[in-house]
Amino acid sequence: MAEATTNPQDEFVAPAPEPVGRESGSLTRIIQELVFTVDHKKLGLMYIGSGLFFFVVAGCMAALIRAQLFFPSNDFLEPDVFNRFFTMHGTAMVFLVGMPIIFGFANYLIPLMIGARDMAFPRLNAFGFWVFLFSGILLYFSYLGAPGLYAAGSAPDVGWFAYSPLTARAFSRGTSTDYWTLSLLLGGIGSISTAINILVTVFCYRCKGMLLGRMPLFVWMFVVVAFLVVIALPPLSACQIMLLLDRYLGAKFFDTQAGGSAVLWQHFFWIFGHPEVYILILPGFAIASEVIPVFSRKPIFGYPVMVAASVMIAFISLGVWAHHMFTVGMTSLGNTFFAISTMLVAIPTGIKIFNWLGTMYGGKLRFDLPMMFCIGFLFQFLIAGLTGVMLAVAPFDWQLSDSYFVVAHFHYVLIGALLYAIFAGIYYWYPKAFGRMPSARLGHWHFWLFTVGFHLTFFPQHISGFLGMPRRIFTYEADRGWEIWNQISTVGVLFQIPGILFFVVNLLYSYFKGPKSGDDPWDAWTLEWATTSPPPEYNFAELPEVKSRRPLWDLKHPEDPDWKFE
Amino acid sequence: MSTAEATADWRLPSPRKVGMACLILTESALFTIFVVAYLFYIGKSLAGPLPSEVLEFPWLGSIALIGSSGTIMVAERFLHSKNHRGFLLWWGITVALGVYFIYFTGAEWHHLIYEKNITISTNVFGTTFYSLVGLHASHVLVGLLLLAVVFVASLRGKIPSDHTEHVEMISWYWHFVDAIWLVVLTVVYIISVRAS
Repeated sequence: MAEATTNPQDEFVAPAPEPVGRESGSLTRIIQELVFTVDHKKLGLMYIGSGLFFFVVAGCMAALIRAQLFFPSNDFLEPDVFNRFFTMHGTAMVFLVGMPIIFGFANYLIPLMIGARDMAFPRLNAFGFWVFLFSGILLYFSYLGAPGLYAAGSAPDVGWFAYSPLTARAFSRGTSTDYWTLSLLLGGIGSISTAINILVTVFCYRCKGMLLGRMPLFVWMFVVVAFLVVIALPPLSACQIMLLLDRYLGAKFFDTQAGGSAVLWQHFFWIFGHPEVYILILPGFAIASEVIPVFSRKPIFGYPVMVAASVMIAFISLGVWAHHMFTVGMTSLGNTFFAISTMLVAIPTGIKIFNWLGTMYGGKLRFDLPMMFCIGFLFQFLIAGLTGVMLAVAPFDWQLSDSYFVVAHFHYVLIGALLYAIFAGIYYWYPKAFGRMPSARLGHWHFWLFTVGFHLTFFPQHISGFLGMPRRIFTYEADRGWEIWNQISTVGVLFQIPGILFFVVNLLYSYFKGPKSGDDPWDAWTLEWATTSPPPEYNFAELPEVKSRRPLWDLKHPEDPDWKFE
Repeated sequence: MSTAEATADWRLPSPRKVGMACLILTESALFTIFVVAYLFYIGKSLAGPLPSEVLEFPWLGSIALIGSSGTIMVAERFLHSKNHRGFLLWWGITVALGVYFIYFTGAEWHHLIYEKNITISTNVFGTTFYSLVGLHASHVLVGLLLLAVVFVASLRGKIPSDHTEHVEMISWYWHFVDAIWLVVLTVVYIISVRAS
């Protein structure tokens, strides 16, 4: 497999012909550019932009859910509206916020980091984005479209993992579940094509000297993520195909009265669902592994071990799915196997945490915005990991499965770890994408308001879970002792919202008024900082040549280059 | 792994090959779930008919499809030795064998539906049978479409030498579809027929 030419990217150099008859800067011209573009940087920003849009929409739903739970026996939201809200909130946060934002980072940064001119298949890349966007619009269109034909239902209300038999025709009338199914089926196609694109880009378009062992850890972890997407997304698509067959052709996959199995849906869904958790969190690790070394002024501690730990996490994650199903009633052999395999994940994850700490230890720490969010990430991910190991103990899980303890656990993973890493990444690469520095002042407001709000909202949910509050109930009685914890939880939202507002204002304000950043404001070491900010369409005028893991360090310090010691 | 060695001769794998390998990996994951579903549901049907009562071993269809993996290899060999007519002949035979397989599956389904009265909604066996075999047949159809495009294009003239890898990738996909058929054959026509 070695017949590619030495410089396979020459075909991308030709500049696109200027569209005629439109003035640059006009609205039609901007829309035209967005729709026609196949540039990985524009697509990356479009992914992140649309992900943030859905984040605000799904976040508003969460805020309304919290408002409903403020008082016991509250009637602010109807039960069926509440069910739709938590379903849409969960589905959107995973498929329309998490996935597109991580793919946005991958798209924008991987070609720059490996010294390539674009992704391997630029048009496939654009296809992936538009399919994702359409799947998002389709999901939300259910609010308008789903009541249609059968005059029943509105948005999907079966929860984000849509356990059978809730989704059977008898229990889910109308088309709301089909909007959910088709949206995820489409989104899956987009995600898989983007993942394949990432793999091909990394394996076939690295610049000279960029050996696999010299790639930035960010790229390595996205290789692992892309492999997981390629292997774990098809089970989800298979689930959706089976569900569609059940609902429209009368197939019996999940029809227990005809010998089908509702538990099989759970197995198949979580065979996708658990690797999906690592698909979402590994990009968080990827961002932290770039930010922490730069702001500690030290190379990453234990590079090969970090790579090995990522691969191990991916491997183990394919064999832990049934820890979501301890309460279904498996054999004790099954329970034991999945409890042990789940606890095994703690080993490579612990290795990672210690390596980040090892990187910071003895470094000259700079507490800029990206580093602050990364430190938040470290602490909160540790808490999330500890509650994860607790839930891996099957008897403990029998007590707390489907309680607010689980809600608290995975919000610590997805907000406390992933979202914090995403904020770190956005502040870190903002100057690269727009050539201007984000405001540190607004960023501090964002950090402190959001951190206080986050812990106020989600820490008490551990306790309400211990006290027996099940997730997904739309209200509760006053005498359960859950009131105070729910009220603290809702008050936390009042801190999170202004935090997010400061973040959005910061992005917009700094785009116009931020101080010019120059090409390399953080004094970083990876290739994306070697080109201008923002990078030109072709990324590098001359494709770089790499001799070590920190090519920019070598350029800046020719007297003491890294490659002498590798 | 010194620097000089690495940069003097910088070669990376072909993007088409890596891309096709990834596609095959992801398709395999999709098929795995349907195969597992089929195996899981063997013997779980609450009402007949059972596989052993209705299924006949698809000798002709299987010979055609597995044989087409051989003919496509011959065609490729002619392509590499720049023998256009040989390529056209053997590629055409491959297309014909693929078409015959689809015809054979269609006839089998017609027989099952109209004479044995088993559809996707009859019982769990019907559900898993039609979904697994149908998923495979839909992949054969996609492969056939690709084969046909190459066939029509090569009727109009030689395949340019920088397109031979495209053709090679289509043959990879076709081999994959054949390999899946071996799995389907084993699971559906041997294991489940014996087990029920």
